[in-house]
Amino acid sequence: MTTTVDARGLSCPQPVILTRQAIAAGAFPVEVLVDTVTSRENVRRAAEKAGLQVQVEAVGEEFKLTLTQ
Amino acid sequence: MSEKITRFFASRWGIILAGALIGLLAPLLQKAGNPANMGICVACFERDIAGALGLHRAAVVQYIRPEIIGFVLGATIAGLAFREFKARTGSAPLVRFILGVFAMIGALAFLGCPWRALLRLAGGDLNAILGLAGLTVGVAVGVQFLKASYNLGRSHSAPAVVGWVIPALMVGLLLLLVFRPQFAEGGPIFFSESGPGSMYAPLLISLGVGLLIGFLAQRTRFCTMGAIRDVILMRETHLISGVGALLVVAFVTNLALGQVKFGFAPQPVAHSSHLWNFLGMALAGLAFALAGGCPGRQLFLAGEGDSDAGVFVLGMIVGAGFSHNFALAGRPDQVVEGVLKVGGITPAGMVAVLLGLAVCLVFGFSMRQK
Repeated sequence: MTTTVDARGLSCPQPVILTRQAIAAGAFPVEVLVDTVTSRENVRRAAEKAGLQVQVEAVGEEFKLTLTQ
Repeated sequence: MSEKITRFFASRWGIILAGALIGLLAPLLQKAGNPANMGICVACFERDIAGALGLHRAAVVQYIRPEIIGFVLGATIAGLAFREFKARTGSAPLVRFILGVFAMIGALAFLGCPWRALLRLAGGDLNAILGLAGLTVGVAVGVQFLKASYNLGRSHSAPAVVGWVIPALMVGLLLLLVFRPQFAEGGPIFFSESGPGSMYAPLLISLGVGLLIGFLAQRTRFCTMGAIRDVILMRETHLISGVGALLVVAFVTNLALGQVKFGFAPQPVAHSSHLWNFLGMALAGLAFALAGGCPGRQLFLAGEGDSDAGVFVLGMIVGAGFSHNFALAGRPDQVVEGVLKVGGITPAGMVAVLLGLAVCLVFGFSMRQK
């Protein structure tokens, strides 16, 4: 079952906090929607630190990160 | 290619590079004319701008600091070059304004922003230890709110003009600095004739350094508050490696330039009232944590179109006005006829710091929207 985290419009560090909560809940894959490059890099860094695979897709001016184990 | 550069700046070496460069350039700016242990200070420099505009009348701290202009416009250039300039608004701007006001009142009780706290320590000013300890405690309290789902709400994208307001304001300030108009007899624009406000590096050097740091800091997201927050919140050491680099490089540069003098009192533009150094920065740290960035970071965000950060910046400038008009700011230690006169803050300043802490706690407990 896919978990979706909508972190668009949220400022630092909310996207990372929400992502970490979703990772802790353990329902993979986790999809994270963000709207700034800063959030994209922060979420990517947090996910990689947690040992996850990260796929990034640009959706218009926003980004979708897919985190898998 | 652009993506590769972005990944480098997002890496640990990127943030270390940014911190080291600030650590190198700040003492050099001091050598070139900026006040002692104040090569760069975002809070002090915004305070000087408030003074130049006549928002306060403390005659010794009035100058339009080109570094601040450079920080914003450097971030704007980086944002445009890497397609990250994005006008956005709507995340509790009024709360951010008030946080900016009290962040400045706290920072000026201590006499410096987190950058200057690091630079003061790198110059041997041991009072900075109290300030940095207060900053850490303030940020730690902010982290507890973040864990309890404190949130200022989502921003949304806005017409481009919204993102251009703060950069345009900075261009306006630059014009006022270059042409130095006088708007009334004995009136603004004010430029200090003595004191810290009268000490400055040449305009083009200050502006150039500001632009360079603004550019790099926008790319690397350098943030002193975020550095402490990330360590406490998630044991993440990415940002703090940049802060460490700043401190080490500034210390070594100060040593090389003969700008280190260890001790508590008297230190340049500093007081040794330990409790209020601690509490002032605790207030600032809490306000920065609740607003999501240190004063420097707020300028860089404002430069790349984040108008909510811009509102925080304006709050800080207005806060500086209150701070000096109401005599809330710290008074430096002085040596009068060979006798050390310890400075500190007035009873009104103490009340303002405590009031600020109370207001921040109210926001911390009440801002919980999804």
